[in-house]
Amino acid sequence: MAGKKKSTFFANNSQLLIPLIAIALLVIFNLFRDPSFFSVSIASNNRGDPVLQGNLISILNGASELVILSMGMTLVTAASGGQDISVGALAAIAGSMFVKVLKSGTVTPGLIIAAFLACCAVAMVFGAFNGTLVSVFGIQPMIATLILFTSGRSIAYWINGGATPTIENATINAIGSFIPGIAIPTPILIVAAMGILFALLFRFTALGMYIQTVGINQSAARLNGINPVGIKLLTFILLGICCAVSGVIGVSRLGLINHETLLINIEMDAILAVAIGGNNLGGGKFKMIGSVLGAYAIQALTITLYAMKVPSTDVKAYKAIVIIILVVIGSPVVKAKVDQLMKKIRTGGSAERRQSA
Amino acid sequence: MQDDIVLTMRRICKYFPGVRALNDVDFTLRKGTIHALMGENGAGKSTLIKVLTGVYLMDEGEIRIDGIEGPVTIRSPQEAQSYGISTVYQEITLCPNLTVAENMFIGRGEKKSVDWKAMEKRAGELLESLGIPARPKQQLGSCSLAVQQMVAIARAVDTECKVLILDEPTSSLDDKEVAMLFRLMRDLRDRGVGIIFVTHFLEQVYEVSDTITVLRNGELVGEYAIKDLPQVKLVEKMIGKDLADLEHIEKHATADTAAEPLYEVKNLSSSESRPFDFHIAKGEVNGFTGLLGSGRSESVRAIFGADPVTGGSVKMSGKSVKITKPLDAMKNGIGYLPEDRKRDGIVAELSVRDNIILALQVVSGVTHPISRAKAEAFADEYIKALDIKTASSDTPIGSLSGGNQQKVILARWLLTHPQYLILDEPTRGIDVGTKTEIQKLVLKLAEEGMSITFISSEIEEMLRTCSRLIVMRDRNIVGELTGADLTQDRVMHTIAGGGN
Amino acid sequence: MNSKNNQLPARRREPMTDTQLLLTITICIFFVMYVAAILIWGGGFKKPQMLFDMLNDNAFLIIISCGLTIVMITGSIDISVGGVTALVAMVGVMILNGTLFEGLIASMHLAAAGRIVFAVVVSVLIGLAFGAVQGFLIAHLEIQPFIITLAGMFFARGMITILSVDPQKAPQDLMDILQKRIEIEWLGSVNKKGVLIPAKMEIGVVIALVIVVLVFLLLRKHRLGRSFYAVGGNRQSALMLGVNVRKTRFMAHLICGLLSGIAGFVFMMHTGAGNATNATAAEMNAIASSIIGGTLLTGGVGNVIGTFFGVLTLSTIKAIVTTSGLRDPWWQSITTGAMLAFFIVLQSVVLMGKNKRRRKSEEDK
Repeated sequence: MAGKKKSTFFANNSQLLIPLIAIALLVIFNLFRDPSFFSVSIASNNRGDPVLQGNLISILNGASELVILSMGMTLVTAASGGQDISVGALAAIAGSMFVKVLKSGTVTPGLIIAAFLACCAVAMVFGAFNGTLVSVFGIQPMIATLILFTSGRSIAYWINGGATPTIENATINAIGSFIPGIAIPTPILIVAAMGILFALLFRFTALGMYIQTVGINQSAARLNGINPVGIKLLTFILLGICCAVSGVIGVSRLGLINHETLLINIEMDAILAVAIGGNNLGGGKFKMIGSVLGAYAIQALTITLYAMKVPSTDVKAYKAIVIIILVVIGSPVVKAKVDQLMKKIRTGGSAERRQSA
Repeated sequence: MQDDIVLTMRRICKYFPGVRALNDVDFTLRKGTIHALMGENGAGKSTLIKVLTGVYLMDEGEIRIDGIEGPVTIRSPQEAQSYGISTVYQEITLCPNLTVAENMFIGRGEKKSVDWKAMEKRAGELLESLGIPARPKQQLGSCSLAVQQMVAIARAVDTECKVLILDEPTSSLDDKEVAMLFRLMRDLRDRGVGIIFVTHFLEQVYEVSDTITVLRNGELVGEYAIKDLPQVKLVEKMIGKDLADLEHIEKHATADTAAEPLYEVKNLSSSESRPFDFHIAKGEVNGFTGLLGSGRSESVRAIFGADPVTGGSVKMSGKSVKITKPLDAMKNGIGYLPEDRKRDGIVAELSVRDNIILALQVVSGVTHPISRAKAEAFADEYIKALDIKTASSDTPIGSLSGGNQQKVILARWLLTHPQYLILDEPTRGIDVGTKTEIQKLVLKLAEEGMSITFISSEIEEMLRTCSRLIVMRDRNIVGELTGADLTQDRVMHTIAGGGN
Repeated sequence: MNSKNNQLPARRREPMTDTQLLLTITICIFFVMYVAAILIWGGGFKKPQMLFDMLNDNAFLIIISCGLTIVMITGSIDISVGGVTALVAMVGVMILNGTLFEGLIASMHLAAAGRIVFAVVVSVLIGLAFGAVQGFLIAHLEIQPFIITLAGMFFARGMITILSVDPQKAPQDLMDILQKRIEIEWLGSVNKKGVLIPAKMEIGVVIALVIVVLVFLLLRKHRLGRSFYAVGGNRQSALMLGVNVRKTRFMAHLICGLLSGIAGFVFMMHTGAGNATNATAAEMNAIASSIIGGTLLTGGVGNVIGTFFGVLTLSTIKAIVTTSGLRDPWWQSITTGAMLAFFIVLQSVVLMGKNKRRRKSEEDK
């Protein structure tokens, strides 16, 4: 009985294998390289509050924006079989809006909430723009979002009239680093909150099934009363919210908005996280947890490379090699070839005998 | 090997996981003959064709081709082509973005450069000599499906093939085009080409074929000269002993059609169908019949709102309702099992369980998810009730056999407890046993008070289950048959246009 | 009227294929835009040198866009083109200024010209290597092109900084050879002092134009070129029609890699510098150019002439934005984005409308 249960677990979650293997490899590699890599200590920051420190924490903390974006990206990928390459630009727009509203008066908690809502609204509008192009006009997501990818950061620039304004505020600082008295970095808490929100969304609605149905067979979805246009649009709007949250985290970390560098190149990592998470980039079934693990694996790789004193500009090249190894292992053609080889080895003798007879 | 034999297949076997698609099948094709390959859906016709064209690699057996020493292994369509085997498939396998001429010449010959002038001239001559209404420079996608099909045949003809396989070539052609195709086939036969003709139209087989090979359940039944096998015998060979089983199905007393109809519509039209009137009583089983393309599917799609509805006034149990999209229909207790199971029905990668609860989930709304436990219970109930053969309710529906997939879709609609269920070709592409089960189920449901509209291209099936047949031709309703008029002759007559 | 039509059914002009239709739209829009620019802003736009400057600045972009067009026609994508261009430019500069392969070059006793030839060979080899590896992984292992070429881009960009974190400069004497300009006097203009300034065109532009012509011939006249369209139109059908789908997809990526290598060298000829930020976002500009030129990312439809005009259209927009006084830096990319949106929606609407009309006419029949 136990054996059966185990086998169905792996059958159901086989797609999580790649990100888990990736993380496991990184863990083992780091254990051999430097066991102290995993040490987590409590230090006190410049305000004297106790905070957690260590490579593990910086992986979890640093991956926050990526994890949140990859959650949204998973949904868009599942429903429309394509990827949104404008997430970084959209996060920059949202961040600019956030700062713009904050700059409009003295920063009070009320204003921060207003700023957050404003940037969510803006991100949702742009998400809906992308979504409309994809769902109504039937344009491939990568092409549709190329528009915002090209012009998004300039729009962000334009919102603040060309400046890179800074914000000095304790609350904003707390969003980007630590809430006094809590040792865990705030971005990790925000990721947890987003994760819980998505979990609740899928627990208390049938949205997951709707999205997968639309992604697998749009025609069947329509004939079973699901509105594919609406569902696709919704996934883009949800991704918009994810962009807004990541943008706010990114802005709060630095205390300023830099439209050029905020979450630059993150769209590629987010798509990668979805792919490493075992989700089909052609849409259909998805597991958000896979993308989340994929995002952490990417960040773990980056931090490991940093720890090995690889310059930050060179990290890309090593990342590329790891990505290629992972996708080659995961490629169905390679899997089939390996299966065939294993079968041959196992049944080699008997097959020969049959042929001679 | 005899001199006039162009192709021999011996003891061909092909296995798929859990299925023996072909079991020791022999097949022989002679030069200058048209050889019909017959069998019910699932008999193994298309598997045999795919083995011959290199789409599937056979597991056992041997293939010999005239003029080539020893048995051959066909690994790809290109290789088949190089042996002189050309195929025209039911679904068009041409590139819609290229021109007609290119589609006829791409992938052939050794020349590296493309001589457009010569190619278009040659294509033009060929099209003209075969009487195909297409222009060489035309983009293929702008031709009708029938013309695209003929372009594919023209291509095959031009490759000087020894074996020409026509897989259901007539299913999208009208009478005139069929006649044109047959003229072409006879012409090719007289030039010495061996033609394998796969079709489900019996009359057409008798019109052009010389020889018939019948397959059933992946096994060879036999090879017959056309004159030795009357139509009735052929049907018997194809259907086999299961025919007897079907005889036991008995239609129940006709429902009270005089009562107020459950569903009634006046002047219903959609983007794909012309306006028509229709009604169905509680517990009635009726059917739309007519040839492929007669508008029978489009009509029921309009009832369900599957295509954009453009007009009509609908009443359910006497009350006016608005049905313009599938969700409206579902909320009014209408279910619809689509004609193309693969394209419109199954959600291949989702589990059997999710596929079963899909419609009920949508009817109850996105904010009321069906709990896992409930879903399990529903799935188990229907897997048992309909005898769906699946490893578990977690298995993706895509890995089930056609018949079992169809049962899952049926379960999906039964779970919503519809008042009115539309079944468009529920028995297509599934094994005979399941066909019988589905027909029995239809009658049982009707007895329990469900109204059912049933469409099948097999008229016998409709006669067995329906108490009223609506006959369509050229996208219009041309007749309605009930009671004593429900005979095969009368239906055929009406379809053919001599009914009134 | 009617009888005339009936008499000459064969003479009827063939309706345009999707490729032709989108190409026509692109060329028309480019000319309308350019003429409008001349009429409204005159000045710079009247001088042919304006056009030549666009070509000089964008020769490398034209080349990689050609490669990308091929890949997109087969229904695939290559986003490593910009990275490969930048990597090749860096390697080229380092060979010229003697920081890379110096031992090898010294042992071969190469003169200045030999050194340049060596750099060209290495550029082409790097391009081919990227194309071959990516093509193999995509065509034979059937891995998603986006992921593979994304990794290719990361690898190329990473390699640049591994080679040299600091910007590198090519020696002036070699650059003087490479940056020779072709002067065309009859297209020149007279400046304020009354001196005739001939129009100047860089060698890179000639290379780019030759490549456009070659790719055009490949796509139009060569068996392989037509296979690209077939594979992009319907991969399954192409297989059934006897096209070697794997080889075709591999070749598309190989050619695209080769062109990126050449583009890298052309880029270096233009700038004479190697830098980590070289050709930033070139892949997106190339994709945008191809789309504006009428290539569909869904595959099967596209034309390299359109791509050429796509590059010109993009640079004209940028020139117009600068000339019209919108000097704030954000306007360029915002207008580019808007233009892209316009073309993308236009394409989708035009093709949708065409399909609808087609269905309708079939029904009427």
